[in-house]
Order: sequence, then C-alpha cells, then structure tokens
Amino acid sequence: MTMSMATNRDPSTPRPAPSGEALRLAGLRRDFGGFQALKGLDLVIRPGEFIALLGPSGCGKTTALNCIAGLQPLSGGTISLGERRIDELPPEKRGFGMVFQSYALFPHMSARRNVGFGLDMQRVPRREADKRIDEALALVRLSAQADKLPGQMSGGQQQRVAIARAIVIRPPVVLMDEPLSNLDAKLRLEMRAEIRRIHEAIGSTTVYVTHDQDEALSMADRIVVMRDGLIRQTGTPEDLYERPEHADVAEFMGYRSKLPGRVAGTAAGRTTVEACGSRVEVQARQPVAAGQPVTLMVRPEDLVAGSSGIVATVRISEYRGRAFFGAAQAIDGTELFFRSDRPVSAGERVTLGARPDQILVFPGDEA
Amino acid sequence: MTALASPASPGVPLRLRLAARGIDGTTLLVVPALLAILGLFVYPFLYGLALSLAPKAGPFYGSYATFFSDPFLRETVWNTLILAVPTTLFNLLLAVPIAFRVRLMRHQRLLTTILVLPVTLGTVLVAQGLLTYLGPQGWFNRVLLWLHVIGSPMKLTNNYWGVFASLVITGFPFTFLLTLSYVSGIDPALEQAAATLGAGAARRFARVFLPLLVPGLAVTFCLSFVQAFAVFPSAVLLGAPAGSTHVISIAAYQAAFERYDASLGSAIAMIMGAVQLVVVLAALGLRSLFYRGPVGGTKG
Amino acid sequence: MIRDSGIGSKLWRTAVWAVVAVFVLNLLALIATVVIDSLSTRWLGTWLPAGFTTHWYADAWDEFGLTDVLVVTFEVVGAVVLISGALGVTAAYALARRDFPGKRAATLVFLLPLLVPPLTYGIPMATLLYRVGLGGSFWGVVLANLVPAVPFVVLVMIPFIEQIDPRVEAAARVFGASTPQLFARVLLPLLLPGVLAALLLVLVRTVAMFELTFLTAGPTSQTLVVALYYAVFASGVRAGQEVDVMAVVYMVTTLVWLLLALRFVNPTQIVARSKTQGAH
Repeated sequence: MTMSMATNRDPSTPRPAPSGEALRLAGLRRDFGGFQALKGLDLVIRPGEFIALLGPSGCGKTTALNCIAGLQPLSGGTISLGERRIDELPPEKRGFGMVFQSYALFPHMSARRNVGFGLDMQRVPRREADKRIDEALALVRLSAQADKLPGQMSGGQQQRVAIARAIVIRPPVVLMDEPLSNLDAKLRLEMRAEIRRIHEAIGSTTVYVTHDQDEALSMADRIVVMRDGLIRQTGTPEDLYERPEHADVAEFMGYRSKLPGRVAGTAAGRTTVEACGSRVEVQARQPVAAGQPVTLMVRPEDLVAGSSGIVATVRISEYRGRAFFGAAQAIDGTELFFRSDRPVSAGERVTLGARPDQILVFPGDEA
Repeated sequence: MTALASPASPGVPLRLRLAARGIDGTTLLVVPALLAILGLFVYPFLYGLALSLAPKAGPFYGSYATFFSDPFLRETVWNTLILAVPTTLFNLLLAVPIAFRVRLMRHQRLLTTILVLPVTLGTVLVAQGLLTYLGPQGWFNRVLLWLHVIGSPMKLTNNYWGVFASLVITGFPFTFLLTLSYVSGIDPALEQAAATLGAGAARRFARVFLPLLVPGLAVTFCLSFVQAFAVFPSAVLLGAPAGSTHVISIAAYQAAFERYDASLGSAIAMIMGAVQLVVVLAALGLRSLFYRGPVGGTKG
Repeated sequence: MIRDSGIGSKLWRTAVWAVVAVFVLNLLALIATVVIDSLSTRWLGTWLPAGFTTHWYADAWDEFGLTDVLVVTFEVVGAVVLISGALGVTAAYALARRDFPGKRAATLVFLLPLLVPPLTYGIPMATLLYRVGLGGSFWGVVLANLVPAVPFVVLVMIPFIEQIDPRVEAAARVFGASTPQLFARVLLPLLLPGVLAALLLVLVRTVAMFELTFLTAGPTSQTLVVALYYAVFASGVRAGQEVDVMAVVYMVTTLVWLLLALRFVNPTQIVARSKTQGAH
C-alpha cells in the first residue's frame, strides 16, 4: 500500500518544496515577556522522519511546533529547510501541513471543501485538485462522508478530515499538535496506527507533539523529550525506554520506584548500592565511586516480590490479570511499586528484587 | 419521561402527568413576569394597533391615509431612513476592522470601558455635549480651523450632520461591542489553520472569517438599525426637527401628545414598527444564505 | 493569533488605530466640553473659558429643583430594580430549569421588548397609561420602565442559572433542605453575583432611559434625564452653564453606578446582553 501511494503521485505537479530536505532548528528561543518558553532548541529532523516532541505540559513542545509553523515569532535562533532559511516567512508561505489539537476545521465548509482549501490557496487547477482531494479522502477512509459539515461528523472523522487537509497540499513537513487528545481511548489506539500508516504512505517528515509517552513510543522513529524549554534527551523509542539519561526522563518512561542510595563498592563491572536498608546489585552505565550518593530507578514490572531483596510492607495490591501490582513501603519510608505473581495483601511483608540490568543508576539525588 | 407523558393513562394523577411534561411549581415561577410583559408590552401594542384603526373620523384606515397623504408626515420615513441606514452602515464598516485589531489586544478592557460610556450616558447627554462641541465656537471647528483644514467654521448643529454625529457617537460603540463579541467568538485556531494552508491575511478574512461572521453582522446591523431608526432626542435637540431631521418618531410624538390624536400617533408608531420589521426581515433573509452553525471550533 | 509584518499590514494597522484614536478623542473632548463649561464664568470664542467658578452648581441646583428630581429618579429606579429583580429572577429560574410546552414562545415574549426600540412601543403604551389614569404618575413611569427591565434581567440571568449545576440543588434536597431552606441557604448565595450584576445593569439602564420616562412622566414624576432634556430643549431661557451643570450631575449619577457595575460584568455585556454569548 505504501508503494502504491508513492507511485500514484503525479511527478509533473509542482510541490511547495521538494521533500528530502532536512528541517534544522538552531538555537530556537521564544520569550513571552519575562517567561522563556524555549531556551535554545537545537534539532535536525531528517527527511521522512516521524519525530515526536514529548514532555509534560508547559515544557515548550507546543511553542516549538508553533514556531516551526510560523504561528509564533522567534525571539532568537533560526529554522531552515534544506538550505533555505524559513523563520522569516509567514505561515502561509511555508507550505507546511498542520493538524491542530482542536482540529480547527472550517465549520462552514464541507469535509471536501475543508480538504480542498489549501489547494485552492495554491490555485491548483480544478480537475487536479478534485483528484487529489479524492485521494486524500480515500487515504483517511472518508470518501463517503465528503459532503458532510464538520458539525455532522464524529470526533474521529473530524480528526481524519484535519489530517487529510494537512497532507493534501503535499507538505514537506506535517506538524501535529496533540491530535489525539480529544478522542476517547479506543479511538486513540486506532488513530495511532492510522496516522503512522498515513505517514508512511505520503513519505513526508512528521513532527508530532504529545504528552503521552505510549503514543510517542509506539509511533515515532525518534523521540525528543523536552523539559522547561530545553531538550533533555533525543533517541529512538528503544533508547529512551531502555536507557533514559536523566531521572526525570526515566520517570516519564515508567520507572516509578525511586530509591535513594549510596554506592557500597564496585568490582568487575558489578556495583553494589546500599538502599532502603539492604544491598542492591546494579550495572552502572557511568563510572561511580564508593561512597557516592546515587538514585536507583526501577519499573514496577521489573521489581518482583521474591525470596531476597528489599524488605517492604505492602500498602496496596491490585490484581491486573496474570499478576498483582502494588505499592509498598520500605523501612526508610521509600515508596516502591512492584509486581507479584502470587497474591499479596495490604500489611503483608514482601522482599522485592530486580535484575541488575533492569535498574537504572543516576548519580547524586537528582530529581 | 416520554413513557409517562405519551399515553393518556387515566391512572396517573394530573399533577404527575403535568410534571412529566415539565409543568410544576417551578415552571409557574415564569407566570408573574410573563403577565407583566403581556400586560405592559403585548397588550398596549395590540391596543395601539386597534387605536390606529379607529380614527376620530373617516374610514378605519383614516389615520394611515392621513399619514401617507400629508407630504410633511410621509417624508418622515425617508428623513429617518436617510439618517439611520448610512449611520448604521458607517458604524458597521468601521466596527469590523477595529474589532479585528482589538481582538488581538491583551488589555481590551480600558477601550471597551471608554466605548461603553456614550451607550450608557445616552442620546440626551451626547446631544447636549455635541451642541457645544460641534458648535461654531466649539473645539471641533477650532481644531480644524487651526489646522487649516477649513477656512470658516462648518455648520454642524441644528441640521442633518449634528444628528449624524450623535448617531455615530452613541451608535458606533454599540455596533462595535456587538461585533467584537462575535469576532472574539471565532476560534483563533481556524485562522492559524487557514494560514498554514497558504492563505494570506486578505484571503483568511474573505474565506474564513467573513462567512462565519456574516450571520452575526446581520444581527448587529438589525439591532443597530432599529436603534438608529427610533432616533428622537438628538433629532429634536441637535437637528432641524421641523426640517431635514423631522424624523418619524417626532411625527408620532407630536401626533399623540401635542395634537392629541391618539389614533394617528399609534398609526405612525405602527408604521415605524413596520418599516423596522421590513428592514430587519430583509437583513435576516440575506443572512439565511450563509452558514449559521457554531463558530467556536469544531470539537466533539 | 497571527501578526503580519508586511508594510501593507502596518499601514492598515496604523489607519485602524488612528480611527480609534480620533473617535476616543472626540468622545472625551465632548465630555470635557460639558464639564468645563459647567465650571466656566464665560466661554465664548476661545480655546478655554475666561475663568472658573462653581456658582452655577448652586444656581442650577435651586432653579431646576435638582434635589426633588434626584429623589424622584432614585425612587423610580429603586422600584424598577426591585420589581424587575423579583419578577425577572424567578422567571429566569423557571426558564433555565424547566423544559415546558410554550417555552420558546415565552422566551420570544421576553426578547421582543429588548429588540423593539422604546419609542416604537412607548407611544401606544403611554396612550394606554393615560387612558387608565396612570399617565404622568410615579407608578406610570415605573410600569413603563419595567417593560425593558424585566426581560433584561431574565435574559441576563438564564445563562447564569444554567451554569449552576442542578445537582447542587438535588443534593441539598437529599440532605433534607426544605424549599425555603434550599432557597436561602443554597440558591441565593449561588445566584447573588449574577443577580447583583443584572440589577446594577438595570439600574444604569433605567437612569439613562429617556424615551419611556419622557412619554409617561408628569411634572412631578420626571427623572434626571428627562429634566435634562427639557433643560436643553429650553436652553435659550437659562445660562448654558446651568444646563451643563445638570448634564454633569446626570453624568456623575450614571457613571458611579456604571463603574460599580463594571466590577461585576464585562463592558461588552452591557450592549451584547447575554444572547450573543449563548453559544457557550
């Protein structure tokens, strides 16, 4: 299917900008009065890449997207597409497609006319435009709803009109601002696959803003984690999931238990850390010295109730099919989130352990 | 609810059957206010209609015949329209671009507060102020003389232009504030979407804002026009009430309370209402050609 | 929001702001003219008056009997505010909470007096009031002013009541509140800000309501704005400054309440009523 869409493209039709150009953000800054929403963002987005800007609300990800789109002026830095600087261009000259969180469909136009709006603006000839609108509507599987007004469509359908409207102009870059946040959970899962499929079909670069790490992990080629107007870490979903570089990124990726500790000793790649009143064996990725304070982080599914490890008292335990998940309190008060394959109940004592390679070690008591 | 209401089941007490259709003690709270408006507004209006059809002498349409056969009375319709239509359009044409700018302002409140002043103060005060301000010795003429825009003072009071000015001073803020509330109601993301799709400022206005705004502007035009058409104190105080600004409300007032011809007074009031209705229906008829749904985005 | 930076749009922006500035300047100059004239000894053919004095205030106060006029004004306005508040809030409550046959018709009946200008319906109404002997009396003026005031309260209060969750009332009932208790302990405190705003707006509008009062008032029942009209109408009779004194007194009376009302409502609401914001 991917191939057929790509070859369907009529090579004679002009495109706003040739695809295959990298989008470069250099030193992007954006100030609102005294508040710095972006504090110098550097990023090169490869052509055809699906990149997710991930972070909690207020981290500057939407500001970054609006700056790329030209909806907000920069306070500093440059944006270029290939060799061209585009940060001076108004949004209507950039030729990017954008999907808004609220969809922003024109309420007075049918789905068809919404999708055709951008082609109209580019003065694409009628017959060619009709053909492309039909293709776009078919791609988002809305051919049957083409003549409905947005008010007559469901949220998911509106969402797909918004996507069709953004891609029909064959933009070099498609920008998406939390496009799934207004949908219910089931539709959200479906649309993830749908958006990924469309991305592959059209082959343009996609910048996708979200605060949902599942969304980012399942869709993106590369994830950019942002915080306080700065990039914390960039990497593939596997990189971020397995090897977060900072405690806050780890927390975002589901490492819920956070154990303050002190390095007891290192020997032959094995490090022992004293935490929560017991000794924990870990694999430190960066060198640590004995006596150094560290923070250990573990995912709930990796911290398992067994025969040896940290002693803790169960506070809550929930059955979630197959296993029990719960929260427990260690002797020093640290809250631990764990998994258990046998039933445990509140008040019970458990010993919790994890494989050394499943435990992250961060120097100091960061975060 | 419908299950209770639909069958005329004799077993269910009347009170419950009424409650099922939404009529209970709470609903009755609407009655006193409704009676007040029926008694003070609807009934007098019908009474006036009956009165207008019962002239002192002659056939039932005598009062209307008097109005249309007397050129001095008949011309009031024209005198009023030539004041009300241009001022309303003028105010509306000014209000739209200004509302688009003010929408972007972060501190709108000072401006809107200043603008609400003349609406609140009303036409009598504005007329009194304009009499001095626009007079031959007033600041307005003095500034224009000083700037050498004019060679001698313009006559701006006791004629058409005095009333025109008063209708702009009180009418523009009214029109503007209404327009602003419509303009602010449009989801700003629509403009951003249009921009990312390649529409420049002019086409964003023509293709996205204007179609969404037309229904609101039609309502604004109607409300503003109806106000302007009923111009009274400023036409008397600031215009030439026996000449070019002999507007229809003056004719109605004089007939009813100076010549004590209640039938003719009511007839003129009815004609006044009819002209307003015709213009309003025309404006709303044009509006029905446009999209009239929600404009605040398309969520859900 | 998108701010363009081209030359054309800069020119356009400047032109728009220039128009706003000209309008506001003229408006403020017009108000200043009235205030300065009321304080001037003599003001003819110069930029500013020859000298300043406050004696016109004492003169005008006596000549126009402003004490009496002010008392009548506040009596009329007070009566209108109280009656329209009682009638309007209860009706708004019913319209906001119940869906009954004829609700659309009832809403239309409340909408019409706000859409038809006062002078259009005022003439038959005043004629009727005179026929039944209320014309020229205090209560005639009050009744006339209720026509726009009651619907105004209704239409301002409907959206305000609608945004109060009816489950709050249900909860109070469940916890055993009787109707009077429900009203006094739950509804009144919740409604108070809206009622206050609506009534202040009615107050401002009634002080400024010229046409209906003019058509129905007699010599002893005229309000400030009608007295001002007669003073301007007969302006050759007295010194112009005295008329302006009256205008200033009227302005102050209105503006005090307006400023108070603006603490509770957005200026746009004074004009737009609640209708245009109904979509939310």
